[in-house]
Amino acid sequence: MGVGNLFANYQEAIAMIMFAIGFSNLLLQKNLIKKIIGFNIMDSSVYLFLALKGYIAGHQAAIVVDGVQSVDAYINPIPSGLVLTGIVVSVSVTALMLSLTIRLYSRYHTLDLDQITTEVKKGGF
Amino acid sequence: MTHDFVQNFPLFCIILTLFSGPTCMVLRGKWARYVNLGVISAVGIMSLAVLLDVCARGEAYVYMMGHFPAPWGNEIRVGPLEAFMALFFCIIMLLSMIGGMAQRLRKIEASKENLYYVMVNLLLSSLIALIYTNDLFTAYVFVEINTISACGMIMICQNGHTLEAAVRYMIMSLLGSGLLLLGICFLYGLTGHLLMSNIKEAVAALVATGTYHAPLMVSVGLMCVGLAIKSALFPFHSWLPDAYGYSTVSSAAILSSLVSKGYIFLLIKIFYRVIGFDIICGSKIINIFFVFGIAGMMFGSISAARESNIRRMIAFSSVAQIGYIYMGFGLGTAMGVLASIYHILSHAATKSLLFVSAAGLSESSADSRELPELTGAGYRNPSAGMAFTVGALSMVGFPLFSGFISKILFAQAAVNQSGKMLPTLIALALSTILNVIYFMRAVIVIYTPLRDIPAEKREGYRKIRMRTHPEITAVFACFVLLNLVLGLMSQPIVELCARGLDMFG
Repeated sequence: MGVGNLFANYQEAIAMIMFAIGFSNLLLQKNLIKKIIGFNIMDSSVYLFLALKGYIAGHQAAIVVDGVQSVDAYINPIPSGLVLTGIVVSVSVTALMLSLTIRLYSRYHTLDLDQITTEVKKGGF
Repeated sequence: MTHDFVQNFPLFCIILTLFSGPTCMVLRGKWARYVNLGVISAVGIMSLAVLLDVCARGEAYVYMMGHFPAPWGNEIRVGPLEAFMALFFCIIMLLSMIGGMAQRLRKIEASKENLYYVMVNLLLSSLIALIYTNDLFTAYVFVEINTISACGMIMICQNGHTLEAAVRYMIMSLLGSGLLLLGICFLYGLTGHLLMSNIKEAVAALVATGTYHAPLMVSVGLMCVGLAIKSALFPFHSWLPDAYGYSTVSSAAILSSLVSKGYIFLLIKIFYRVIGFDIICGSKIINIFFVFGIAGMMFGSISAARESNIRRMIAFSSVAQIGYIYMGFGLGTAMGVLASIYHILSHAATKSLLFVSAAGLSESSADSRELPELTGAGYRNPSAGMAFTVGALSMVGFPLFSGFISKILFAQAAVNQSGKMLPTLIALALSTILNVIYFMRAVIVIYTPLRDIPAEKREGYRKIRMRTHPEITAVFACFVLLNLVLGLMSQPIVELCARGLDMFG
């Protein structure tokens, strides 16, 4: 039963596996760029999950074309809206993280966060 | 008529702060500073008006943005507790900004000063939105705005310490908000709603029929862990000492007393308005909060006692105080949550006082933050010395001051909980002893006469009179007054919070 469900909803399962991959990369990688990539994988997996929740098989994207206004023609638009909002958030956070990384790299010439920490502790302003 | 107009004020507060942020970007430093102070005061006055209005009417109201009904529109919900929190946050923010002004002018490059106020305005906007919003996804978006602006405030004076602290803060926060987002998505998938009141009805129906119990608990757990990471509950606090210890004093005061509290307030809203407090208490989640809260109280205090840098010591003490708040949630009674809310207030009033006064003490001691070099700083800067002593006494839980009341409330809440009474009381007692050890040590150091320090080491020590920085002395007076009000006239405030919590349900 349990395993069968997992295969029936394999898309959601993949989204969760991707979340785990992204989360552990963001947490465990030492390299700042790899951390940022991990963060992007993590957020994308949540958007995949949301998009799946809003999808109704056989329906079109929620953009009215040819005057068809029937509810049965379109998927649920709210998750798509949430995904768009979420993408805006993660893009801005990624930009901030990358700019911080550039600052740190130009100061310490390394991307390794542990090494940066040791340099900072040594008083390398 | 007036009531109808006052109803708009929460929205005005959010819009005003949100738009004044970008406005500060094109202004010169001085004008940006005035805009910032003006906006904080205006939001404070509007929140006061909202509070009086809600209290006079005796009931909370829901404000539909643009009059679009539920599935399309976004909502704000205003009750006495929300309005009071907004007012209180504005007061603390205003005092912290004024108290840190002198140091900010010295440390931040003049061309970057206006950028700091962009961050502060956006931070205030996100805090107010977190307090008032009735929509979970809006809450997530403002949580991210809060994180980004807090990160900017940490790294405004750029040196290795602040940059590293900012990166560590961002990484921890992103982990937390990832989990929060996943939890919200699960909950949306389960209930099909994003507005808190609708989700609560759907969750109640799910629990009544007993379906989807495991996914519901997973989503609650994800949201709780996410917000706990973001508010620096004990095992997730590694970013905190550096972030609070090396940023400018206003940033440290605002971060410790407001930013983490915004997340905690959102968590309380999720408990009461999204899931339902009975369901939370019936789950095992509160026991986890209880255990980690007590662990945080102990660990934070022990780390603070081992720290010789005064700013980092105060920062570690924050870890302990966050532990208190989560322990209050862990008790699983309305009394416990009430004690936590009171502790949010008292900690905010005390911790910002401590940070601002510690900056004053450092200023009189050649900008050193190491305790041995602060010897006698209480004589060199009398107002900061007195303020620090008051803050330390309040943190320890000395009667008269606010910390005492919150500790009493925690103890009272624990007495009604047979299983958790003993650990809570023991933890409170131990933590008080540890608080005494490190805070009183600091007070003794700053009031030790300078005799033992050789003259060549006293270079850079200078006397700072009360009239050197009249605004900082006034800020100290306000903070001390706030502490005394919270400590001596707690009854009406506790009743207000209790009434607000009742209306949450």
